[in-house]
Amino acid sequence: MRDFEYEVPTTIAEAVQILSSHKGRAKPLAGGTDLIDYIRTGRLSPDVVVDLKQISELKTLVVTETQLKLGAAVTCQQINNHTTIKKYFSALSDACSIIGGMQIQNRATVGGNLCTSGAAADSMPALIALNASCEIHGPRGIEHLRVEDFVTGPAKNVLHPDQILVSINFTNHIARTGSCYQRFIPRNEMDIAVVGVGAALTLDEQGKISDSRIGLGAVAPIPFYAREISEYLQGQYPIGDVFQHAGEIARTLVSPIDDHRGTIEFRTHVVGVLVQRVLTVAASRASGSEN
Amino acid sequence: MAKQRVITASINGTSRSFLCEPRQTMLEVLRDNLDLTGTKEGCSNGNCGACTILLNGAAVVSCMILAVECEGAEIETIEGVADKDGLAPLQNAFLENAALQCGICTPGFIMSTKALLRDHPNPTEAEIRFGLAGNLCRCTGYDKIICAVQSAARNE
Repeated sequence: MRDFEYEVPTTIAEAVQILSSHKGRAKPLAGGTDLIDYIRTGRLSPDVVVDLKQISELKTLVVTETQLKLGAAVTCQQINNHTTIKKYFSALSDACSIIGGMQIQNRATVGGNLCTSGAAADSMPALIALNASCEIHGPRGIEHLRVEDFVTGPAKNVLHPDQILVSINFTNHIARTGSCYQRFIPRNEMDIAVVGVGAALTLDEQGKISDSRIGLGAVAPIPFYAREISEYLQGQYPIGDVFQHAGEIARTLVSPIDDHRGTIEFRTHVVGVLVQRVLTVAASRASGSEN
Repeated sequence: MAKQRVITASINGTSRSFLCEPRQTMLEVLRDNLDLTGTKEGCSNGNCGACTILLNGAAVVSCMILAVECEGAEIETIEGVADKDGLAPLQNAFLENAALQCGICTPGFIMSTKALLRDHPNPTEAEIRFGLAGNLCRCTGYDKIICAVQSAARNE
């Protein structure tokens, strides 16, 4: 592998200072499941690797029944093991439990998944559905932005080389809300999403949909929030015909590519099927009939 | 060249200090610096699981971890599974069920299985297949490996 220096800051300020001083030649390291492979294959060639795992803010996971604050270097496995996240922020644990196998989940982080910014990143549709936001620190201060505004293109995001993603913050869980993430892959496990769909639904006291968010992945250059589906679902009852129509709307919103994993036609078909399935699970979780 | 560092970690219960470059993976250090060649290199990109070790008790692929990240860590490799009295029951289960052919994937499967059985002492077949999804075998197929894990779970 290419030669590089290794730094292990213990504070955010120190990490930002190291990144700034190397002017784009330093790369942050969290789980390393993308970065180390990218350095080995020459896709990235940093002079310095800055390990962020000794910074306490990035390793902190704050979970209550209503609140979730996820340090950017918290592993998928820490999320999988958390019964409160599974119950109240289900889409996130759905996604983290299928990113790679056990060995990858023990290292890989949601923050890293965001920063790699793949079009098929499993965490993204779930984070969009759960209305997550990013907290970014850098020499010019702290910025907050919505997760769907973080990724700007395939493998591209808003981060400057001297900024780090510190945490991912979620809006409070409210009663009668359920969420779900599912993807389609040709293998049973260990594969990259051909289509990935995350959804969160809130029901009012009459059982009608009062709020919803749907994130679509691997069907456009970046994962995105499907606002049109939320507008359609507002005030509807969570029944099969409504969800089928939501799937049809999804098919009009996507702009997928043809590649060896799936054709445009196939991805367009599958996104409709998955939207319907994911909404059905999210609705049953919202009504408490499935956890 | 980047400065070499001295890293101290517990490896199979013994504290070891070793010199390494930041660019060396834990897999390279185990095999090339410490002569622990039981851990195998397969794909070197985190897909095959041949290089699985336990890092602070968690199954990880050592090809995706820098050795400098392991300062102060507890590492267990395939060399640490058997004790002075002979093979561990898990290793015997692989032998008795003929769950290997060329053997390159076996150390990785055994380390993953060790972590799996610790967390799920009585796994279902589905839990075994899901839990070992990060390990690939190109010789025997998976059924004999699943049988070996089921047999180890019964005997432990």
